[in-house]
Amino acid sequence: MVQIPVWFHRLASPAHFYHIAGQALPWCAGPALLLFGVGTFGGLLLAPADYQQGDSFRIIYVHVPAAALSMGAYVFMALAAGIGLVWRIKLAFMAARSAAPVGAAFTFLALATGSLWGKPMWGTWWEWDARLTSELILLFLYLGFLGLQEAIDERDTAYRASAVVALVGLVNIPIIHYSVEWWYTLHQGATIFKLDKPSIAPEMLWPLLIMLGAYALVFATIVLVRTRNEILEARMASVAPALTRHRPDRNRG
Amino acid sequence: MQFATFAEFLEMGGYGRFVWPAYGLSIAVLGGLLITSVVRHRHLQKWLERSDRRRRRSRSPS
Repeated sequence: MVQIPVWFHRLASPAHFYHIAGQALPWCAGPALLLFGVGTFGGLLLAPADYQQGDSFRIIYVHVPAAALSMGAYVFMALAAGIGLVWRIKLAFMAARSAAPVGAAFTFLALATGSLWGKPMWGTWWEWDARLTSELILLFLYLGFLGLQEAIDERDTAYRASAVVALVGLVNIPIIHYSVEWWYTLHQGATIFKLDKPSIAPEMLWPLLIMLGAYALVFATIVLVRTRNEILEARMASVAPALTRHRPDRNRG
Repeated sequence: MQFATFAEFLEMGGYGRFVWPAYGLSIAVLGGLLITSVVRHRHLQKWLERSDRRRRRSRSPS
């Protein structure tokens, strides 16, 4: 087994993490709000209208960040769950569980804003093509992960079982990303996340990059709050098992 | 600035009914998730404080 460095061990202690996360929170929430404001302003008012899509393209500033983070959140969740499985770190399971609803929200938003963009541009709200369908499967993976957590009473079992689901579901992430290349699809190809230079004008690009930063910070903020909630819930479970969602761990009795 | 008047801004070149719901929904969903998480945090904190006080009282009867 790989040796875990001491700082990692300390960070993995829920009490220590609770403190650190509390101090980190304002530094995520503040910039998140600021970037969201600047990005929205830039996207809605400063970026020029697209020569083909007109002002409907402004949906890109809420669509692409949601889609990117829907996948980023999933990778984070699966890695955290995997770390929890391998090294038996409870905090990692808690972080994975905290990320799931945020990832599901991003996925829902990617689908909904995509639908609102698709109607005027493609003439349809929905199309069963590779990109849209694989993103919908991502939503079901998130819901499956969360459903499994709720369905199993014993907390450690719930954590481990859902971690396996999260890891198996990872296979869907490259499918989503490459779906626009592998299959014939209505969805346009990548403009930013590719090896070449981004194929978008700089005046349109900068608000998008700021919105990506904003969404990443929103993710960090909500995950920090929710992971702290998980730590408090674990304490609550040890004080008053009858009141909590999960039975306390067996070893704590 | 891309729009001469506020009415033009709202109209979004005829795409207002797609653009505004996209932004509104995004802010509502992410804001809602953040607010419910913070409210839950406050609730848990208060509950644990109360239970700590209760346990201290029951341990040291005065």
